[in-house]
Amino acid sequence: MVEDGYNFAYLDEQTKRMIRRAILKAVAIPGYQVPFGSREMPLPFGWGTGGIQVTASIIGPDDTLKVIDQGADDTVNAVSIRKFFARTAGVETTERTEAATIVQTRHRIPETPLGAGQILVYQVPIPEPLRWLEPRETETRKMHALQEYGPMHVRLYEDIAHFGHIATSYDYPVRVNGRYLMRPSPIPKFDNPKMDRSPALQLFGAGREKRIYAIPPHTEVRSLDFDDHPFEVQKWADVCAFCGSGDSFLDEIVTDDRGGRMFVCSDTDYCSRRREAGCTGPAMQAAGPGEA
Amino acid sequence: MYVAVKGGEKAIEASHSLLDSARRGDPSVPELSTRQISEQLSLAVDRVMAEGSLYDRELAALAIKQAQGDLIEAVFLLRAYRTTLPRLGNSEPIDTGRMAIQRRISATFKDIPGGQILGPTYDYTHRLLDFRLAGEGGSGGEGSAPEEGRGPPPDEAVPRIVDLLGREGLIEEEAASETAEAPPADITREPLRFPADRDARLQALARGDEGFLLALGYSSQRGFSNNHPFAGEIRYGAVAVEIMPEELGFAVEIGEIEVTEVQMVNQFKGSSAAPPQFTRGYGLVFGHQERKAMSMALVDRALRCRELDEAAVAPAQDEEFVLYHSDNVEASGFVQHLKLPHYVDFQSELELLRKLRAEFEAPSAEAAE
Repeated sequence: MVEDGYNFAYLDEQTKRMIRRAILKAVAIPGYQVPFGSREMPLPFGWGTGGIQVTASIIGPDDTLKVIDQGADDTVNAVSIRKFFARTAGVETTERTEAATIVQTRHRIPETPLGAGQILVYQVPIPEPLRWLEPRETETRKMHALQEYGPMHVRLYEDIAHFGHIATSYDYPVRVNGRYLMRPSPIPKFDNPKMDRSPALQLFGAGREKRIYAIPPHTEVRSLDFDDHPFEVQKWADVCAFCGSGDSFLDEIVTDDRGGRMFVCSDTDYCSRRREAGCTGPAMQAAGPGEA
Repeated sequence: MYVAVKGGEKAIEASHSLLDSARRGDPSVPELSTRQISEQLSLAVDRVMAEGSLYDRELAALAIKQAQGDLIEAVFLLRAYRTTLPRLGNSEPIDTGRMAIQRRISATFKDIPGGQILGPTYDYTHRLLDFRLAGEGGSGGEGSAPEEGRGPPPDEAVPRIVDLLGREGLIEEEAASETAEAPPADITREPLRFPADRDARLQALARGDEGFLLALGYSSQRGFSNNHPFAGEIRYGAVAVEIMPEELGFAVEIGEIEVTEVQMVNQFKGSSAAPPQFTRGYGLVFGHQERKAMSMALVDRALRCRELDEAAVAPAQDEEFVLYHSDNVEASGFVQHLKLPHYVDFQSELELLRKLRAEFEAPSAEAAE
């Protein structure tokens, strides 16, 4: 049932048109941050208003929406955003990655590879990759214009000099289409390779900072690195306690106050699908049959 | 056995019903009406209208009630409503020279044409708790307000003090900007760009958080950019809002709003291009909010450093710092978003920290062998 008194997907059509223009520009210049007239949404800034505005501008009645936060469909903010679109647009929602036409995400890319025709919408807190190096927008815009990305390489090099490796584990900077330095939003660097040449369209919305940027399908996305220190993703010694997966991003769950812990997939859809297919992890095997 | 964090939807619903009962408080106490709020908490209503950028006393009162008196939350409610409203047109500039004055003071001249009008002010109250207000019917406001102390008769001209200085050429001319013909900036439709023009800046300040502007204005008085301000004039009252329908060709009054206007007069030693003269800082806020309007005027003046060729050395003179951080709806959202789950980033950091610790401890373990 769609909420009375509001336009389809909440935003008025004028605003949607303005945002779509920004999106088109963003797609035409991969990785470039396009300023847009971000609106106040009924959800707080910092809670996904950029992603929500992008989704609201591209969604149609035939779309199927999936919303995840930290990889999970059932965390409170994902539930809240999914409900917002169910109320204001009446669209079908799903938890299955491949069944969704639009996936709105915070801090993760689904483990199940995305295909052509799907759109991944990222919620972005700070869009500017150079922000921790230079707080001023007037300066960072100049640095992008001049491709003055040396300071970022210096920062990564300093990590190597101090620690022997790059000490950035999420929101790891990438270069898009060989031109713009881009912040992938706070996804773990584990997810960075999934952005590269993805057949899906990737849109990034930063509501509070009023910026939209994009990676068109099949675009090269390179995580910054050095020849002698190639980019690496995280690895775990453990496997998922529920489904036994050894190649997904694992969250650590503290199980007691004596140092007990277990690891489970952060992508809840991926994990439950594997379990449906008969895969089990150590916790399931220990619990014995019939106790899952 | 670990139970996955399921049931977010039910938890949210339960939280909302807890919120409803917390808002209502003890049901044996009569419920507040929005009318009571707009009449008796009128300064809270003024603040919410100003920072919410929407002049509507009833909706602001409703927002205050719904937010349990949390004014920043109320501002957010009003903003989220405002953003859905259609734009029918721009009003004509309001003329504060034709204000129906309730209060008007100048700290620069003892007597002024039109007179010093104290009006309703807390300025000279002794801040002693008035226990009569704690009882029923002891408000002391039941009688009609005295006739003296009311504003001047509406037909009497009340010229702006800074205009008097202007006649002598002692204060800078307030030149209409080159873009005066163009519609004014609207930062709620177009993102703020830097360097920002004064119209965009004044809009941002008028919507900005009172506490933030108060602190910045204060800092500018304590030596972090000192502009030696004088309160040239503070006036509060009602002004007419007019629109000019294209097909009519003349202005039509559509209503009245109350505003507080502050003109700060500041020293200026002059530059290579300009003679020594007084300069202006301007504040204009919905409702009766002198603290906010004065802070706004101080910050506006501090931010004019680029235009007046002054060195920008203090936080209050830093345009990006001030204008990017003055909006309390944005600030409140981003500060509080830290309450959202960050399991994935934290897991990434945890993994990295363990790796760094292992490397840190490894050489000493080798040395011990």
